[in-house]
Amino acid sequence: MKKAAKENSMIWNKQAECMPAGERRSLQLARLKAAVKRTCDAVPFYRKRFGDAKIKPDDIKTLDDIRRIPFITKAELREGYPFNMFAVPMEKIVEVHTSSGTTGKPVVTGYTRNDIDLWSEVMARALSMAGATEKSIIQNCYGYGLFTGGLGVHYGAHRIGSTVVPISAGNTKRQIDIMLDFQTTIIACTPSYALYLAEVAEEQGIDLKKLSLKAGCFGAEMWTEQIRTEIEKRFHILALNIYGLTEIIGPGVAHECPEKCGLHIFEDHFYPEIISPETLELLPEGEKGELVLSTLTREGIPMLRFRTRDITALHREPCACGRTLVRMERITGRSDDMLKIRGVLVFPYQIEKALLEMKGIEPHYQIIVTREHHLDEIEVQVEMSKKLFSDEIRKIEELRRKIEKKIEEAIGLRAKVLLVEPKSLPRSEGKAKRVVDKRQL
Amino acid sequence: MKVKQISVFLENRKGRLYEVLNVLATEKINIRALSIADTADFGILRLIVPDPDAAKKVLEKGGFTVKENNVIAIEVPDRPGGLSFVLKALQDCDINVEYLYAFVAKSQKDAIVVIRTENNDGALKALKHGEVKVLTPEELYGL
Repeated sequence: MKKAAKENSMIWNKQAECMPAGERRSLQLARLKAAVKRTCDAVPFYRKRFGDAKIKPDDIKTLDDIRRIPFITKAELREGYPFNMFAVPMEKIVEVHTSSGTTGKPVVTGYTRNDIDLWSEVMARALSMAGATEKSIIQNCYGYGLFTGGLGVHYGAHRIGSTVVPISAGNTKRQIDIMLDFQTTIIACTPSYALYLAEVAEEQGIDLKKLSLKAGCFGAEMWTEQIRTEIEKRFHILALNIYGLTEIIGPGVAHECPEKCGLHIFEDHFYPEIISPETLELLPEGEKGELVLSTLTREGIPMLRFRTRDITALHREPCACGRTLVRMERITGRSDDMLKIRGVLVFPYQIEKALLEMKGIEPHYQIIVTREHHLDEIEVQVEMSKKLFSDEIRKIEELRRKIEKKIEEAIGLRAKVLLVEPKSLPRSEGKAKRVVDKRQL
Repeated sequence: MKVKQISVFLENRKGRLYEVLNVLATEKINIRALSIADTADFGILRLIVPDPDAAKKVLEKGGFTVKENNVIAIEVPDRPGGLSFVLKALQDCDINVEYLYAFVAKSQKDAIVVIRTENNDGALKALKHGEVKVLTPEELYGL
């Protein structure tokens, strides 16, 4: 039956992905109840949490009751380093992965055999959205190792029966050779690496249109529609967005279908909510806020109401692809980047978007927040570009005022714009510091 | 006759002007005339050099934001009222001056003034009409 479904529509698991909403809610509730009970029984941290909040697993009677469960944060997960958050004995754990640990001790995630099965299933759904079949050759440039990216894609490709090329990250020259020689049809990597590959290939005089590449699953970092357009134009492929995080399972929490109207969350396994990062109140559908995820079926390290810090919105209108799975918007920021300036919430992406809308401006900027005489001041440093430079002060001042007006329209606050020299601001590769908050609060 | 001028964007940062001039010195590019326009946050360095294209190239290679545009160089009698006479000619033709800067060359009796207007062709016509001596690039660089 699965085979027929694949041929018809490339929906890997039609039963799960196209399930009527009501039926799915019943399934989610049954799974949530079991997950809450299992988790509280096995993990002392959650047991104490529930006790402190004066709730019992039996109190979860409807999906809405999930709101009574306290949130869990990355910092709290870290305190459980390495295995204290596991809900099964170590003999049941068959694999571990960790987060990058750039901000401290990494978060460790443990998988049971069933968890690996679940991971393979959701990644098979994800890769199928990009058109993967048994015939596909998938070049997996995500790093293999403790990072979840490499093996997540690997398991999904195995489940489908595609040929996976486990080339891992780096060695760009060899990536290009393999892509040509093996006639890779699907690539999985970060969007910035895709653009770098294109650049290197073009330098070598390779015509990217002649590659067999048809689609790519790009993720593991924030990116924009502009970058999508550029990747699609340069490679002549379908560029789709993949989302996931170590704390939940790794890649395969959500993936875009070719309709490109948001990422379908595999919500029969991962239950999403959107909250205001400030008030922690649940936000109505369509409103932007912080994504909170709960795992419904994971065994090794279940997660109840994990605050992802990723900013997005959820949409439930029907998707043309036929899937009934909720869609999340492209991630546009992190709630840790959120600024409160003179009482107004400001996200760096709002400023970035305003800058990108102006022709000729490079999207390199830095936001400096200061407090003078008890009043927050915001300064946005923008790089001067060759296109915008003039020998006349008047014209540059006009430009500056235009940017200031555009930013004010976007964030509702006056910001001082300072034009700086090109290439003087930190670049977005890796974890660029977009915000410098100098306020002594 | 229009003359090419090089403008460089300068962030208001210690040592930045030196860095521009150092690039030009290393490439042995001599400066005929210069002016700096400054605001609280940034400055614009404007230069007249014998080979503007070469200067632009080396500055861009050095990471600077550079623009090339046309200005007019004129001779102004080195006496009271010399410049006002020139400006009168422009004003009579309703031509707005964006900026100007002056310098005196060693071999020259008269002062040299570099003028930037919004309408260089109109300005040239007006200056000719007012019998103001306009310098060719060769004359200017040869000073």
